Amino acid sequence: MPILRALFLVGALLAAGTAPAAEYASLPGGRFASVLPADANGGDIVVAPFALRSEPVTNAQFLAFVKTHAQWQRGQVAAIFAEPRYLAHWQSATVLGDGALPDQPVTQVSWFAAQAFCASENARLPSWNEWEFAAAADATRADARADPAWRERILNWYSQPSNAAVARIGGAPNFYGVRDMHGLVWEWVDDFNALLVASDSRDQNDPDRLKFCGAGALNLRDRDNYAVLMRVAMLSALKAADTTVNLGFRCARSTTSGTTP
Amino acid sequence: MKLIGLLALFLAFAAPAHAAELPGDSVYRLPVALTDQNEHTFQLADRAGKPLLASMFYTSCQTMCPLIIESLKRTQKAIAHDADAKPDVLLVSFDAQRDTPAHLRQVLGQRKLDAATWTLAHADAAGVRQIAAVLDIQYRALPDGDFNHTSVLVLLDAQGRIVARSEKMDGVDTAFVAAAKKLFAAK
Repeated sequence: MPILRALFLVGALLAAGTAPAAEYASLPGGRFASVLPADANGGDIVVAPFALRSEPVTNAQFLAFVKTHAQWQRGQVAAIFAEPRYLAHWQSATVLGDGALPDQPVTQVSWFAAQAFCASENARLPSWNEWEFAAAADATRADARADPAWRERILNWYSQPSNAAVARIGGAPNFYGVRDMHGLVWEWVDDFNALLVASDSRDQNDPDRLKFCGAGALNLRDRDNYAVLMRVAMLSALKAADTTVNLGFRCARSTTSGTTP
Repeated sequence: MKLIGLLALFLAFAAPAHAAELPGDSVYRLPVALTDQNEHTFQLADRAGKPLLASMFYTSCQTMCPLIIESLKRTQKAIAHDADAKPDVLLVSFDAQRDTPAHLRQVLGQRKLDAATWTLAHADAAGVRQIAAVLDIQYRALPDGDFNHTSVLVLLDAQGRIVARSEKMDGVDTAFVAAAKKLFAAK
C-alpha cells in the first residue's frame, strides 16, 4: 500500500510538472438523504463513488492557473464569464499582493472560472449532492447532521461577519479526509443553477406557475438544517459570472469504484 | 517554431476564430459544440451576424415545453409582422441523453416548425449546463427523466448579447417584440 501510494504520488508529480498535484480524497458515495430530495416523495438520492479535492483551491494555485491560462486573468477574461469584481482583491492580474495570501482559499471567482480551473487538473466541479454528501461528515462520523451540537458549530460560523479576513486552508480533516467544508468559504457546485427550480408551494393560480416544467416538485426536506439550506439559497441566487468575497470552490472527479475509507 | 504551430492549432480548436472578435459580454464567447437536427455540428459563435431568439426545452416534456414552442412561434411571427424580418430560433435541449439530433428532427416535423429558421440543438451534459448558465436558465434533472426548468425566451443581438428576456408563455410579450423590432430596425 505505501509503495502504491508512492508510485501514485510520483505519477501525479510527473503529470503536473513541478507543482505538487492537489490531493483528492476518495468518497464511497451511496444512498443519501439530501435536503433537496430526489423527487416529490422525498426520496433519497444516490451518490456515485467520487473523489473530492481535500482542500479548497488556494490563491497560489489559482495564480499558477491564470499564469498559464491568460484568458482567465483579471482584465482579460470575457465579461460573459466573470463580472468586474473577479479577483479584484489581488494586487494585479498575476500578483497576489497583501490582500490575498497564498494559502487562503481563492475567492471572487466565477463559476466559469472555477470550471476552467478544475478542467485544468482533469477534474470538474462537484455536484451539489456530492458536496452535501462530503459536508455531512464530522471528524468521526460519515453523517453527523442529526447531532444538534454539530449543527450549532456550523451555524456559529455563518453568524460571523463576512468582512473578516478569510482564514487559511488546513482545518481538521473530516471522516473522509476532506478539510474546510464548513467554516471557511462558500463553494461553487456544478449544478448551482439547478437547486431551487420548481416548488411545491405554487398552485394553479400562481402567475409564476408557468415558468416551471417537470412532474416532480421540489420539496425542502430537513427544514431544520439551516446551515445547509443557507448554502442552497445562496447558490440559487447566483448567476454564473457572479463572484463574492466569500465564494471559492474545490474540484471533484468521478471514480469508477469507491474505496471505503 | 513547431511549438508555435501546435499552439496555433490548439487555439484554433479552443475557440472559433471569430469568437474572440465578439464583445466580451456576448453569449457567443462560450466555446461549446452543438449538433442541429440535421446532424451538423456548430458553435454558438456561428450564429453571429443576425438577431436570434433562443430558449431551452426538452422533447419528452408534456406540459411546459409545448407552450415554449408555441410562444416562440407566436413571438417569431409577431416580430416578422412588426419588423418585416424573421428572426432565427435556436432551441437547445436540456436532455443530452434522449434528445438526439434524429429525435429532434422528428419533433421539428411533428410540430411543423419552419426548418429554414428553426434549429433544435443537442449538446453534451456539460455543454447544456454552460449554455443554461450564459442564458441564465435554471434546470434540474429528475430521477424519472423529467426536468424542472425555468421557461425563458432570450433575444440576442447580432453579436450574441442578451437584449431582452421574457417569461411570458401565454400570448405575446409586447415589450420583447418591440425590443426585437428595434434590433432589426437598427441593422
